[in-house]
Amino acid sequence: MTPFLPPETLALTFAALMAVSILAYVVLDGYDLGVGLLLQATPEEAERDRMVASIGPFWDANETWLVLGVGLLLVAFPVAHGMVLTALYMPVALMLCGLILRGVAFEFRAKAGTPLDKRRWDWAFAGGSALAALTQGWMLGRYVLGFEQGLAPMLFATLAAFGVAAAYAFIGACWLIWRTEGALQVRAVAWARDVLWVVAAGIVAVSVATPLASARIFARWFEMPNLLLLAPLPAATFGLILGLRSLLRHMPLPDDKLRHVPFWGAVGLFCLSFAGLTWSFFPYIVPERLTLFQAASAPESLSIILVGAAFVLPVILGYTVLAWCIFGGKARDLRYD
Amino acid sequence: MDPVLLARIQFAANISFHILFPTVTIALGWVLLFFKLRFNATRDERWMEAYRFWVKIFALSFALGVVSGITMSFQFGTNWPGFMERVGNIAGPLLAYEVLTAFFLEATFLGIMLFGFRRVPGWLHTIATVLVAFGTTMSAFWILVLNSWMHTPVGFEMRDGIVHATDWWAIVFSPSMPYRLAHMLIASGLTVAFLLAGMSAWRWLRGDRGPAVAVALRTGVIMAAILAPTQLVVGDLHGLNTLEHQPAKIAAMEGNWQTRGNVPLVLFGIPDERARENRFEIAIPSGASLILKHSPSGVVPGLDQFEGLHPPVKPVFYAFRVMVGTGMAMVALALLGAGYLWRRGTLPTVLLRGFVLMTFSGWLATLAGWYVTEIGRQPWLVTGVLTTAQAAGPVPAASIGTTLAMYLTLYALLLSAYVATLYRLAAKGRISEAVPGNAPIPQTA
Repeated sequence: MTPFLPPETLALTFAALMAVSILAYVVLDGYDLGVGLLLQATPEEAERDRMVASIGPFWDANETWLVLGVGLLLVAFPVAHGMVLTALYMPVALMLCGLILRGVAFEFRAKAGTPLDKRRWDWAFAGGSALAALTQGWMLGRYVLGFEQGLAPMLFATLAAFGVAAAYAFIGACWLIWRTEGALQVRAVAWARDVLWVVAAGIVAVSVATPLASARIFARWFEMPNLLLLAPLPAATFGLILGLRSLLRHMPLPDDKLRHVPFWGAVGLFCLSFAGLTWSFFPYIVPERLTLFQAASAPESLSIILVGAAFVLPVILGYTVLAWCIFGGKARDLRYD
Repeated sequence: MDPVLLARIQFAANISFHILFPTVTIALGWVLLFFKLRFNATRDERWMEAYRFWVKIFALSFALGVVSGITMSFQFGTNWPGFMERVGNIAGPLLAYEVLTAFFLEATFLGIMLFGFRRVPGWLHTIATVLVAFGTTMSAFWILVLNSWMHTPVGFEMRDGIVHATDWWAIVFSPSMPYRLAHMLIASGLTVAFLLAGMSAWRWLRGDRGPAVAVALRTGVIMAAILAPTQLVVGDLHGLNTLEHQPAKIAAMEGNWQTRGNVPLVLFGIPDERARENRFEIAIPSGASLILKHSPSGVVPGLDQFEGLHPPVKPVFYAFRVMVGTGMAMVALALLGAGYLWRRGTLPTVLLRGFVLMTFSGWLATLAGWYVTEIGRQPWLVTGVLTTAQAAGPVPAASIGTTLAMYLTLYALLLSAYVATLYRLAAKGRISEAVPGNAPIPQTA
């Protein structure tokens, strides 16, 4: 196919598509994995069933955004894909094991023969979610510091692992505030409140470490006029955290008002953090080593994907909205009939 | 150990585990649609009961297929970075189209199909079932397009050692694609037919003889009787296509060491790669010439033409015999079963036991078939363009070995949990008392 866009525009378009996919993934599978992380925090089996039921119809489609994100990296920036995945070989393998355990536990726990069997799959569910969340955070930490070796980068990656896991637990708890009621909802409010501080600490840690690690990133944030132009970003993040904190203190509200606000607030935090990272690293796709323009594949091949994506992505968005409408409101028990 | 070999074993383990589940879901999606449509047409509860039982197995298989498929998408990069660097311009768009046109579709509508029965109108639930079945088939289509192109690459040119697409139409419809796609879709149909028949026969023999078990059993047996002989013909056509495009693979499959006429059809033997001959050979004179060239004196290219560039003979030779042997047993059992159902309306106990024994025969034949075709392509990853060794990455053997052990443990655990869950679900059925020894299987509406 003859390319209809200049190569730079194509590379930018694909980088944008990839960014959207990754952001969609961390938000969507983020709340799934978060609910998984919190699964063992309640002693009530009925509540665990309800927690699983709240994500049952969604998790599969949510996880597909990861395939799209990695697929776009593979397809549009094959050299970067090779570099990143080779550097992250072990955490990727561990994450995949976590995602496998989490994904199959959905089905196996629903079909378990004995209560003990079900408990075991609960552990697989929670353990798989935790493994996936921690390894994703670890990979983010390694990526941010350009895969540097040494003690400090490893400590930073550990911090990022717990930061991302906390962020997932937070958005998962917010999802449960929205989608559940009664005692479980009260519990979810408490979970969200407790974990919000860890999330805030994680955001601060990454925000401080990134400019310190790279003079280029430092300049990007702290030179005039960038400092002033970018000030709204951290200010909004700070304000959002404070707002969420005071809202969560009073939830659940009478008539279950504002039940969905914490979730969208969490989405806002994810978007702001993602925007910050994007600003720090653009145009690098492998930090300080490879720009997205250097890594892009042949324009002909990118063009043919773009045509398909232009037709199909709106359709995907359409039926995703449809599924959200069908399974909107408070979660009920999942029934296969 | 050699890291390339380890990377291959790891990829093979993963893809072998993965293929088990799509092989079930591709055809089971359509069977569920059939149950649903029969229910819509007849309002007969037994179709819906059959649907409800099999949709659980579908959901479980689907989940296993999804998670092992995600692992695959990463292993392209971790195990074969050279693959994407060299042929990414073709493999990339094909994989992207799979994600865009199939993955999201099936994943989203699966939620509605599984959990939406009481939440959406009946017609929307039927449409969700159609879209899930369509999505799984589309997914198979794109993957087989890519796989076929790797076997018989066309429609590209090399620029600075990198493959660039020149004709997408030719790439999608590469010479082996129609045969491979048909062969795999029928394989999925047969796997599901024997799974349906085998699980239902097991329930029937235990005395669980409700009308829903009976319709699933009938559906399975009739499906098998239609598909098994069809597969024989399609498989033969696929073989002739391979002879034209990948003669070295056929030579390995047949254990044919010399190019000559009157090539015998080797039923069994032990290929000896050093002596370049078969030991303890049992063969039908001129059989291979007859099948491949439709003439007893037809000259068939032998392995001597491809010394140094042909696949390892033993695994291809044995896997081919496992596939064909399983296939023949499937044809025989399916035809006998359908004959009995037609004439007597019932299956004798011995045939029911036969179906129980053959419950997972589709898996065996499918895996064996994939081993034939994939090992048969070696040493190439993309025929004539890229060898497997060239595509391997720099990951050290120790890392691959560790993760391989991890994956194998996980897969063994999950596979046993899967089969155990299948039988536990099947054992839940009510067992009626005073079961007559040879009760007729009720006719379907």
